Amino acid sequence: MSLVSLRLQKEIKMDTPAVDSQRVDRNRPLIRISDFDFSYGDKQALFDINMDIAEHKVTAFIGPSGCGKSTLLRCLNRMNDLIESARINRGKVEVNGVDIYDERVDATELRKRIGMVFQKSNPFPKSIYENVIYGLRIQGIKKKSQLDETVERCLKGAALWEEVKDRLDTSGLSLSGGQQQRLCIARAMAVGPEVLLMDEPCSALDPVATAKIEELIHELKNDYTIVIVTHNMQQAARVSDQTAFFYMGNLIEMNATDQIFMSPDKEQTEAYISGRFG
Amino acid sequence: MERYFHEELEAVRSHLMEMGERAVESANLALRALEQRDLDIADSVIEGDDIIDAIETRIDEEVARYISLRAPVAKDLRLLFVAVKASHDLERVGDEATSIAKRTKKILASNETYRGLGRVPDMCELAISMLKEALLSFIQEEEDIAHQIIRRDKEVDALNRENFKEFVELMKDDPSKVDVYAEMIFISKSFERIADHAKNISEEVYFLLTSQSLKQVIKEETKS
Ligand SMILES: Nc1ncnc2c1ncn2[C@@H]1O[C@H](COP(=O)(O)OP(=O)(O)OP(=O)(O)O)[C@@H](O)[C@H]1O
Ligand SMILES: [Mg+2]
Repeated sequence: MSLVSLRLQKEIKMDTPAVDSQRVDRNRPLIRISDFDFSYGDKQALFDINMDIAEHKVTAFIGPSGCGKSTLLRCLNRMNDLIESARINRGKVEVNGVDIYDERVDATELRKRIGMVFQKSNPFPKSIYENVIYGLRIQGIKKKSQLDETVERCLKGAALWEEVKDRLDTSGLSLSGGQQQRLCIARAMAVGPEVLLMDEPCSALDPVATAKIEELIHELKNDYTIVIVTHNMQQAARVSDQTAFFYMGNLIEMNATDQIFMSPDKEQTEAYISGRFG
Repeated sequence: MERYFHEELEAVRSHLMEMGERAVESANLALRALEQRDLDIADSVIEGDDIIDAIETRIDEEVARYISLRAPVAKDLRLLFVAVKASHDLERVGDEATSIAKRTKKILASNETYRGLGRVPDMCELAISMLKEALLSFIQEEEDIAHQIIRRDKEVDALNRENFKEFVELMKDDPSKVDVYAEMIFISKSFERIADHAKNISEEVYFLLTSQSLKQVIKEETKS
């Protein structure tokens, strides 16, 4: 049983149906979104989304600006809870069979399991070391050996260790854009998530830094399930195993990335990926 | 910086090599079947052709996938074009070897005796050495090897013309053997085509390595 469900089940009693069905359905995807409608106030942003996200795969969300990619991504770890007008009108998001919007689920706990890396890297104005262990500090962990171990492991995991190991006490803000983005990935990794959500993680980076992040994503999928929003279709093609194409709040098509880029089922998908949109 | 997907280019490269080795092998066996009057060898050439065809299909798929997903440019992109073109040439080499093997079987089935094979063995040897060197220029990335192959194609053409004359004479001498010598003429033509494909491959490799047209380069050289 995965960490996510273990943690969540502290909140949900063991005899709930969700837990029973977990025993039955072994092929269930890590994340399942069903019949999902979402609005900001009166404005509906997502329409009847149905999607399975497989474990240890990279799933890319693509589509024109405003189609709802970031909205859906934020729904996966309840980041939208923080937006006043946000409403789920219908449907659910399950992680390992647990409805994450169940009132017994602790959203903070959920966000530890499902980490997020943003478009604009946002290191805190603290040392590299403190940036990585920020989440652990909040949890009140003080043991030096554990903190040291986490810093080394996560910086290595984020392919940044070699570049910064001799200056861990310099400010995170002194790093280059690409290094900052990897620092943010290391910070997200430090709290031991199972899923990493990335919203356009390379949009502010040059091709070399982008290539490094893409290599990292390729490595990370051994240990994490990754969902990435990207405007760069070539990036989706390069890094992802599955691709979902959205248009105006609808999921138009989702399939294996090869399939989407070589022979998509829907005309709209084909028009978008071949640059013939609109 | 090497990217994880560059391995996929290596796979294309190694499938092309495998295809090349099989094509050389089947041209070799086709000659052996003819020289040794061996039906089993002829059959093995015909059977082996399916594998060569399958590798071509596989290369086409790999190339289409790489172009769709990896946005290749420059030499990577040229490699993919060359892989498609050269694998097509190699597939044709396989077809010619198969056709030689089938004609050999016909000759053997007719139970006719015949006088020699003309210059067919020499042609075969030359064509195969061209093919091997075209592949070598690809593996070693040496455009000079590719450049040299082109001239040898003329020798093969000359041998084919010699064969044609000789087999026509033999037909005239003994009209009862027209069928056998007609097959010989086709066989000779097949080896000549194998050399043509070797020439094509060397041009393709030259383009891969220099992004220039070898035909054009040779034209310029003969001008000056
Ligand atoms: N906080 C918010 N309040 C109100 N409406 C919002 C909010 N965030 C997004 N929207 C609206 O929801 C729709 C989907 O927006 P979203 O940010 O999910 O799109 P996106 O696909 O991520 O676009 P982009 O590619 O530009 O990032 C848009 O019409 C947007 O205006
Ligand atoms: Mg967005």
